[in-house]
Parts: sequence; C-alpha cells; structure tokens
Amino acid sequence: MNALRRNVLKGAAGAGAVAIAVVAGVLKPTQAMAAWNKAAFDAKNVGAALKGIGVTDPADSKDITIKAPDIAENGAVVPVEVTSAIAGTTSIAILAEKNASPLVSNFNLSGGAQGFISTRIKMGQTSLVRAVVKAGGKSYTAAKEVKVTIGGCGG
Amino acid sequence: MKQTIIMKLLAGMAGLGIALGAVSAHASPEKDRQELIKYYMDKYPDVKVEDYVYGALAFDADSKAQYDAIMEFPPYDSEIEKGRKMWETPFKNGKTYAGCLPNGGQHIAGNYPLFDEAKGKVVTLHDAINDCRTANGEEAFKVNDMKTMGVLTAYMRTLSDGMIMNIKAETPKAMAAYEDGKKTFFSRKGQLNFACASCHVQNAGLRLRSELISPAVGHTVHWPVFRGGDNLVTLQQRYQGCYSQVRAVPPPQGGTTMNNLEYFHSALSNGLPLKASVFRK
Amino acid sequence: MAEPMRIRATMAGDVADVKVLMNHPMETGLRKDAKTGQLIPAHFITEVIATINGAPVLAAEMSGGVSKNPYLGFKVKGPKAGDKVAVSWADNKGDKNSVEATIG
Repeated sequence: MNALRRNVLKGAAGAGAVAIAVVAGVLKPTQAMAAWNKAAFDAKNVGAALKGIGVTDPADSKDITIKAPDIAENGAVVPVEVTSAIAGTTSIAILAEKNASPLVSNFNLSGGAQGFISTRIKMGQTSLVRAVVKAGGKSYTAAKEVKVTIGGCGG
Repeated sequence: MKQTIIMKLLAGMAGLGIALGAVSAHASPEKDRQELIKYYMDKYPDVKVEDYVYGALAFDADSKAQYDAIMEFPPYDSEIEKGRKMWETPFKNGKTYAGCLPNGGQHIAGNYPLFDEAKGKVVTLHDAINDCRTANGEEAFKVNDMKTMGVLTAYMRTLSDGMIMNIKAETPKAMAAYEDGKKTFFSRKGQLNFACASCHVQNAGLRLRSELISPAVGHTVHWPVFRGGDNLVTLQQRYQGCYSQVRAVPPPQGGTTMNNLEYFHSALSNGLPLKASVFRK
Repeated sequence: MAEPMRIRATMAGDVADVKVLMNHPMETGLRKDAKTGQLIPAHFITEVIATINGAPVLAAEMSGGVSKNPYLGFKVKGPKAGDKVAVSWADNKGDKNSVEATIG
C-alpha cells in the first residue's frame, strides 16, 4: 500500500503536515490518496465489489444499524445512515446490491472518527442496502431492504 | 344528518350539473375551511390538523422520516442561493424588490393571493413581484418559468417562513373570485373526469396508483417544492401537472382560472404556517 | 469551478457532529440527455478527505451511486469547540473544492 496513503489514513506522525497541505490545495486529494478504486466501483456484483475493498465473507453483525426507509420516496435520493457499535471500526462501506455497480461509497475512519456515516444514495430498484464494516482486522456486515417504486402521480 | 356545504359539493360532483353557485351561495371561506377540516378529521381523527402542512407525509411515518432527513440539509441549497442573489440584485434603476414590496418582502406571502378591488381581480405573489419589476423598468417574468420566477420565489418565499396563511375575501367581488376558484376545485375535468376534490377531498389519505393522496387543507403553504430534491415546481406549475394527469387541457398559469383557484385553495390553509422550498418525492 | 460547499460542525457532548453538503452533479455516465439522446459523461466526486486541526479523520471514496449534491454526516470524538474542521473533495475530472469551519 502506498506509504503516503497509509500515513494519511492512519493518522501516523507526520500525517498532519500532509493533511494541511491537502486542504491548502497544495497537495491534491488524489495525490494523498491512492488512485480511485476502479475495480471495486466498477464491479457488477456484491462479491466482486467487496473483494475490491479487501473483504471476503464478512460476518453478519447485529452491532451494525442501518437507518434507511422501508419505501424510498425517490430512488435518486435515499437517505442512509450507518452506525457501527463495533469497537475499533476503521471503515464503513455502503452498497446497494441491485445497482448496476453495487458499491456506492467507502468511508475510511481515523483519528477519533466514530462508526457513523450519514449520506444519500441512488437506488435503481428495490434491493438490500448493505453496510460492510472493517474493525480490528476483521469485517462485518448488515443489510436492510429498501423498496423503490415508480409512482403514478406527484407531478 | 344536516348536509354540509362540502357534502353538497361532493354530491354535486356526481355530475348532475347541480349549480355549485346555488349550493354555496351563503358560504364563507372560514365556514368552508371549518367544514373541510371536520370532513378530514372525521375520517382521520389521529392526524393533527397542524400536520396537514406535510401533505401526504402526515399519513406515512416512513415518508415523513425521509423528508426530515433530507430537510436537515436540503440538496437544493444552491438553487435557493441563486434565488437570494436574484432577490438582492438591484434593478437597472438601482431600486430593489425589498424596496418595492410591502414590508420589504418579509412575512407577506401568507397574504397572497389577495383580491385587488382597484384592479378587480385576484393578485398572486408572482403578480406582485412582476408589478415590482415592471414599475422599475424591468420585464415581467413568465410565471411558469421555473428558472426565473421559480428560483426567485424559492428564496423569496422563505422570507415568509412561519407566517400564518391569512387569505381574505371580504367584498362581493372578492367572494365571486373565491367562488369561481371553488367551482374549479369541485368541477370534474379531463378525460379521467376527476375534480381536484375527487382526489384531495374524497380520497385524501388513500392511495391512487401507489401514491398517497394529500388533503387540500395544508396544500398551499409549502411552495415551491423541489421534487426529488432537484426539480423545482411552483404551485401553479403543479396545478398544470394535475390538469395534465386527469387529461384535461390546463388553463394558462397566471390567468383568471388558475389565480382564482389558487385564491380559493389558499384560503383552505388559513391558520397554518408557511414554509417554502421543501422536499417532495 | 464548483459552487461553495456548506458545512455545519457542532459539539454534541464530547463528539463533534459534522454535516457537509457538496454541490456536484454526480453523473454516473449512464444517463441520457433527454434532448439529444446522448449519454451524459460520468462526472462525480471520487474522494472526500476531512481533517480536524489538520489531522485526518475521514478519507472516503465515492462513485456516481451517491446522490446529486452529496450529503455527508460524520462524528468525531476528541475535538473541542473552536477546533478547525476541513473537508475537501476531488472528482474524476480533476476538479476539487474545499471548505473549513470552526466547530461550534
């Protein structure tokens, strides 16, 4: 793994200077982070997407809570909130299993960031919204079904 | 059971050509509003009247939760910012909207539409904005242009957030316009032969084509809306959509029929607080 | 090129609650222009980095699967009111944007 990226992500000594340089615009985020994980984001099924972020067979966990609607008002903007109570959560990935590309986003957490992410995702059709958490070198998962309908009215 | 005005109007919708004017000749806007609220409360005693401002969302907790999540930080913030810039930019002659509208444009939206005795017609907020523009040497906006009037009012109407809807119809001419709007609301139209009331009175709280239908009370306080958080729609633009959806030819936005309809329709929401630029599906 | 990002950062107990709204079309590259019938090219934020007082707390990768005008909420334990939170993004075309705020 790119040492610079490791420093930024793990908050190791010296990473502070890198981060400040990023914010100052001197160092582009693309230089501080490894190249965008095309393989994971282009993967057409959940297994390949997870493999792309270094996860195989995550264990089901009741310590991951997904707050998402039962029926999406609008598939283009579905609010999703993931809370991980698993100690030492280092990343949260969000997938919409039936999207053309299931991996929506992957969040790496460090420096006191809690196991919590709130965002809005696009869903092409009814599917499981899956959260995959990395903590302590292991991976965990939970999922919630979100229905997506096409309404008849609403102007 | 004594027939309320509303029940008579709904019966009149059965298409027997009952003269709606005769039925409601002695109504007053406040009486209509109270009767309609009673009609809804009898059907849905557990839904609070103050929640009618959320429309169909008042009947579905899952939908309301999504609205709350998105309204926490609406994605269309930058559109409202555009509206703010439009509002704050002076006309070519140096004057401003704030200098031209009553109370600097603050807390006035709840008074519109109003009946202008001198002009002999209903004046909407869009009309008042255009009157400002033309009085200051600018061209009027097309009221159906979301990029101009839509964006401007997406910001401008927020200056009236919290204001209580306060529509008045106190003269014979004003009442005539109000009654005209009421007639439009309760008249069947289009190939589907629906009146506004077919959905929003008789079927409020029920589903049509998988969509939950909103009650007419509470309708007019929350415009414009951003459909899907993205697509700006003003109230009369929505009227146009409704007409099209029952396969009727919509009358022009800003014309007498639409304005009188908005006048009547807004009076139904008297007593409820305004909140502009909200999320809808 | 991009419009300003909006950020709100407040302390809730001993946790900094940060909410960010980014302005971006987030085109997947799969959508067709209604008028021309042509595919609208992919244009989306690929990464977001957040720091508190310069120390990284969040490094996210995003795709076109994130909604237009992305919203991001996260929480950090450790900061105090008055600390600086900075969030920046880069997209697949090389555009970038950033915002800084003081935690209230």
